[in-house]
Amino acid sequence: MAQYFLRRILLAVVLLFVASVIAFIIIQLPPGDYLTTYINQLKASGQDVDQARIDNLRRQYGLDQPMPVQYWLWVSGFPRGDFGFAFQQNRPVKDLIGERLGYSIMISVLALVVSYTIAIPIGLYSATHQYSIGDYLFNFIGFIGLAIPGFLLALVTVFAAYKYFGVNPGGLYSRDMLTQPWGWAKFLDLCKHLPLPVIVVGLSGTAGTIRVMRASLLDELRKPYVITARAKGLNELRILLKYPLRFALNPLASTILYIFPAIVSGETITGVVLNLPTIGPMLLKALLAQDMYLAGTLIMFLTFMTVIGMFVSEILLAWLDPRIRYE
Amino acid sequence: MTANALSTKVAVKKIRSGEDLYQASQWTLMFWKLRRHKMAITGGIVLVVFYLSAIFAPIIAPYNGDRRSEFLFLPPQTIHWIDKGTFHPYIYGIDKSRNTETLALEFKENKDEITLLRLFVHDDKYKLWGFIPMDLHLFGAEGGKQIFLFGTDNLGRDLFSRTVLAAMVSLSIGLLGVAVSFILGVIIGGISGYFGGQVDTIIQQVILFLISMPQIPIWMGLSAAIPGNWPPVKTYFALTVVLSVIGWTGLARVVRGRILQVREETFVTAARLSGASNASIIRKHLIPATASYLIVNITLAVPGMILGETTLSFLGLGLAEPAISWGVLLQNAQNVRTIVLSPWLMIPGLFVILTTLAFSFLGDGLRDAADPYA
Repeated sequence: MAQYFLRRILLAVVLLFVASVIAFIIIQLPPGDYLTTYINQLKASGQDVDQARIDNLRRQYGLDQPMPVQYWLWVSGFPRGDFGFAFQQNRPVKDLIGERLGYSIMISVLALVVSYTIAIPIGLYSATHQYSIGDYLFNFIGFIGLAIPGFLLALVTVFAAYKYFGVNPGGLYSRDMLTQPWGWAKFLDLCKHLPLPVIVVGLSGTAGTIRVMRASLLDELRKPYVITARAKGLNELRILLKYPLRFALNPLASTILYIFPAIVSGETITGVVLNLPTIGPMLLKALLAQDMYLAGTLIMFLTFMTVIGMFVSEILLAWLDPRIRYE
Repeated sequence: MTANALSTKVAVKKIRSGEDLYQASQWTLMFWKLRRHKMAITGGIVLVVFYLSAIFAPIIAPYNGDRRSEFLFLPPQTIHWIDKGTFHPYIYGIDKSRNTETLALEFKENKDEITLLRLFVHDDKYKLWGFIPMDLHLFGAEGGKQIFLFGTDNLGRDLFSRTVLAAMVSLSIGLLGVAVSFILGVIIGGISGYFGGQVDTIIQQVILFLISMPQIPIWMGLSAAIPGNWPPVKTYFALTVVLSVIGWTGLARVVRGRILQVREETFVTAARLSGASNASIIRKHLIPATASYLIVNITLAVPGMILGETTLSFLGLGLAEPAISWGVLLQNAQNVRTIVLSPWLMIPGLFVILTTLAFSFLGDGLRDAADPYA
C-alpha cells in the first residue's frame, strides 16, 4: 500500500507540474505580451503610463528573456504566494483569488456529495427494478440531464425562482449580509443560498453516475453467487447490501475521475450565471480583459482541484479494492 | 444492455430466421437491429430534419438575420388557422403603446386587423450557400407585414429566422469539431493500441490527464486567445480547433481498446505471417473492425462539441455578432430581468437540448446495434 501511495503521489506531482505548464501556455497564447496590452489599455483610457513601473514589471517577470526562464520566474514565485500581477485590477493575483478559491472548492465538493447522494439510491432502484416504469423514467430524466448545458439549467432556475417565488437567487449572501462580519446569522444566510448552486452544479454529474451504478450493479446481480445466496433463502435486501453493492462501489469510485472535472467545469459556468463569489466570474472577467496572469492562475488552480480529485479517487479505489493495491 | 436491445434480439430472431439471418452482412444486421430501437429512430429523424433545415436555412427562415422591425421584445405571435369557416392561416395585427407608468413598450393583438399567411413568398434577398441569389421563403405574411413565430429580440429582429439561421453554425461546428477530433483520435489511439508497450503507457497517461482536466475553463482559456478582430469564418475554424484539442481523447481511447482486442485475433496473426505490412494490416483489418464502434462514439461526441460552442459563445468567448449561433442568441438571455420579461429569448436553448437529446438517443441505439451478434 505504501508503495502504491508513493507512486500515486509522484504521479500527482508530475501532473501538477504539467498543469502549471498548461496554465503558462494559456497565459502566453494571446498575441503580444500582456504588458503591451496593459500599456495600450492605459493609453486608451487616457491614463499616465509610469515608465519606471513598466520597466520594473518587465524585469520582474523576465519578459525580455526566453520562455523557459519566464516560466521559471513565474513558478518560483509560488512558494512565496506570488502568482503574478493582475494588471486590470492593479493588485497581486494572490490577493484576489484566496476567498473565491475557497468558495469554489466548497461548492464543488458539496456538489459531488449531492450528486452521489442522488445517484446511488436511484442507480440501486433502477438496477433492482430493471425495465420497470421507474427505471425508464429515471433513464429518460438522466438523458435530459445530460442534454441540458449547465448554464441553461442555471438560467432556467433563476428564471423560475424569480418568476414564481419572486426572489433573485444570485450570490451566496443576501445584500445586507455581505458586509457583516462572520457570525451565526451570516452562516445561516449562507446555508439558505447554498442549496441552489450546489444542486444545479451537482445535477450535471448525476446522470452519468446513475448509469455507471446501474450497469455495474446489474452485472453483479447476474452472477452465480447471488443466485446461490437467493437459493439459500437470504432476503433480497441482505443479498443486495452484503455483496453486489460493495462490488459496484469500485467502478463508482473511479467515476470521480471524470465526474469531478465535469463538476468543476459546471461550477465555473454556474458561478457566472448565478453571480457567485467563486472563480468562474473572475476567470471570465480576466479572460475578456486579457488579464492573463490572473486567468492562467485561476485555470491552474481549477486544474489542481481536479488533479487532487483524481488522486483521491485512486486512493479510494485502492482502499476499496485490494487487487489494485498489489498490482 | 438496455431493454430495447434485449427485445430487439428476440424480435430479429423471430422475424429473420434461418437463411435470411445467416446471409445478411454485418451492416445489414446492424440496420435491422437499429430499426427496432424506437428512440434511436426518433432521434435520427429529428436530426435529419434539423440538418436539412440548416442546409436550407435561408429558405425556411422568413427573413434575413439582420432585418430589424419596429417591434422590440415582441412576444411570439399565435397563428390562427380557421378564418370564417375556411382554412386560412392568419395572424392579428399588433398595437404598440407605451405604458405611462413603467415606460415599457406594450403590445396588444388588434383583432380588426388580419394579416394572411402564405407559403412560398418573395421577400428578403439572400444567397443560398453563398452563391445562388434567391428571394424565395417557405412562408411569410402578406402585404409587407412580418410574422414573428418566436417573437423578436432587443433590436426587433425575428427570433425564428435567427434560430433557424443559427442552426447552420451550431450544427456544423459539432460535425467539424468531431471530424478534427476523429483524425487525431484515430491516429494517436491507433498508434497506442497497435504498438503497445512504453508508447502505449505514455499516451494513456497523457489521455488520462487530459480527461481529468476541467474542460470548460481550459476551453475558455484557449478561446480567449482568438483575437477579437478576426472575421467570423476564421473565428469559427479557430473555435473548432479549440474544441478538438481536448475532444480527441475519448475517441482515442475507443480506438485503442478495440485495436488491443482485435490485434490478438487469429486473422491478424495470419495476415502478419503471410507477410502483410503494418500499414496494410491497419488499413485492411484493424480499421474495418473498429468502424462500427467509431460511428457510435462519433455520434456520442457531437453533442459535447455543440454544447461547447454554445457555452463559449454564451460567455462571449466564442462567436460573436454578426455571426449567429445558438450560443450567440442566448447571450441576449443573460440577465434575470430580460429573461423574466421576455422568456422566449431562451427558445434557442430548447433547440440545443433537442439536438443533444437526439444525438444521445441515436448514439445509444447505435451502440446496441454495433454488436449485432451480442
